[in-house]
Amino acid sequence: MEKVLRKKKAQRSAYDDDIITLDNVTKSYAVGKPALNGVTLHIKKGEFVFIVGDSGSGKSTLIKLLLRELVPSEGTITVMGHDLGRMRHRNIPKFRRNLGIVFQDFRLLKDRNVYENVAFAQRIIQKSSREIRKNVPSILATVGLAGKYKSKVTQLSGGEQQRVALARAMVNKPTILLADEPTGNLDPGNSWDIMKLMEQINENGTTVIVVTHNREIVNAMHKRVITMKKGVVIYDEEEGEYHDEDE
Amino acid sequence: MRMSSFFFTIGQGFKSLKRNRWYTLASVATISACLFLFGVFYSIVTNFQHVVKTAEEGVSVTVFFNEGTTEDIILATKALVEKRPEVRQVVYVSAQEAWEGFKEDYLGEYADGFTENPLEDSANLQIYLSDVSMQPALVTYLESLSDIRLVNKSEVTASTLVGVNSLIAYISLGIIAILLLVSIFLISNTVTIGISVRKEEINIMKYIGATDFFVRAPFVIEGIIIGIIGSIIPLFIIYIIYNKTAVYIAERFAMLNSILDILPVGTIFEALVPISVLIGVGIGFLGSVATVRKHLHV
Repeated sequence: MEKVLRKKKAQRSAYDDDIITLDNVTKSYAVGKPALNGVTLHIKKGEFVFIVGDSGSGKSTLIKLLLRELVPSEGTITVMGHDLGRMRHRNIPKFRRNLGIVFQDFRLLKDRNVYENVAFAQRIIQKSSREIRKNVPSILATVGLAGKYKSKVTQLSGGEQQRVALARAMVNKPTILLADEPTGNLDPGNSWDIMKLMEQINENGTTVIVVTHNREIVNAMHKRVITMKKGVVIYDEEEGEYHDEDE
Repeated sequence: MRMSSFFFTIGQGFKSLKRNRWYTLASVATISACLFLFGVFYSIVTNFQHVVKTAEEGVSVTVFFNEGTTEDIILATKALVEKRPEVRQVVYVSAQEAWEGFKEDYLGEYADGFTENPLEDSANLQIYLSDVSMQPALVTYLESLSDIRLVNKSEVTASTLVGVNSLIAYISLGIIAILLLVSIFLISNTVTIGISVRKEEINIMKYIGATDFFVRAPFVIEGIIIGIIGSIIPLFIIYIIYNKTAVYIAERFAMLNSILDILPVGTIFEALVPISVLIGVGIGFLGSVATVRKHLHV
């Protein structure tokens, strides 16, 4: 009993410090070399982290592991105190509600309007209609889309669609925001707007992890940069910069 | 589950029908086509069975008794035969009634020349069967009884009806199997289309933390509604066609009315409506569950 309590206490103290821990994580698929190979990482609560690297470096696999879409072949991943490798399927939805997720291709429900897309995230966590009517306009105002709540998402520009995705990711006030190439489909102006919104979200206490190829943004923002290559972390620098593949 | 979430889920099911109108149309059309074929087949088979049953009911075995057998013995035999499970009805025809019937059928005014009943020993029992295939067993039993002179039966009619009955059973099984295969093929194709249409939507829901139930529920509601609509449309069409066909047959083949006794549409629909709706809802339910199931493990 005492042993269990000590373990739980240790887990809690680790969670107080590191919100995400990867301990010697390897992810192999049926064929080819491992997508991640013995990666160890610690991300603290409230950090803003860029993950960079070329195609095939293992960034997408890392995101999928953090979302618990995949499980590691070896090693352990702990997110907010949850060992993702041991997490049961039925507990995944509850876990994901603590994550805000933004994708390069926005992944909005195209047949619904802006309000419905954001409200949907609140419906999932069974917020009352009254709360939804209060929270959705508020988050849409934060991302600058208060006037477009009735628009179909297909009528919006790429930058606006990404703001909707960001609003949907943030409306449930997640602990961690995961963004997979959030500026990949945007022009420089919109890219900066999105990054500033993310910085603002981070300043409010949310841990932000951004996977990107955007050298200009990474170099300008002076945040922690984790560089990956062929499934391993080759650089992990505070206020780092974008490294070329051959560096 | 909150009431608002419950109504939201139901609402989403209805909205989804409109949003994915082509998928809805394809699904309704598929289910309707299958159930239409089923309904037409069911109506034909049920009527056919009715015709055969009517014919079977007319098949009787007539038992004549030895000379001098008293009415008491005949009635005792009647009571004995009535207890047999394959026997539906036993009619006692006295010698007088037999003679009256004969006169009416064959002699007419020429019967006046007879002063005595020439069919004095023709009192008989007419036995009607509930299952005509049991006729040989009944005849064997009757022949084993005492006081019985003759057992009249129509082996050809009985064996023909038994043959027709088995033929209907085999054809029914064959057509049901074909219909089932066609339905599975059509429905699996429609479900495949549904999967490609919904894959992204389901993935998004799962990524933002929707439970399996929350993802599945609107699809299931949608599937059930599609199933209900898909079963009502063919019922409506069959109702109209059936009535028109019944009138046409009655008018065109009036001389066959005694044989071709078409069942009223109400009798057919008593069973067809619940069966069709149940199949429609079942297909809609299983189809939607199958559509979603593959994508829940995101």
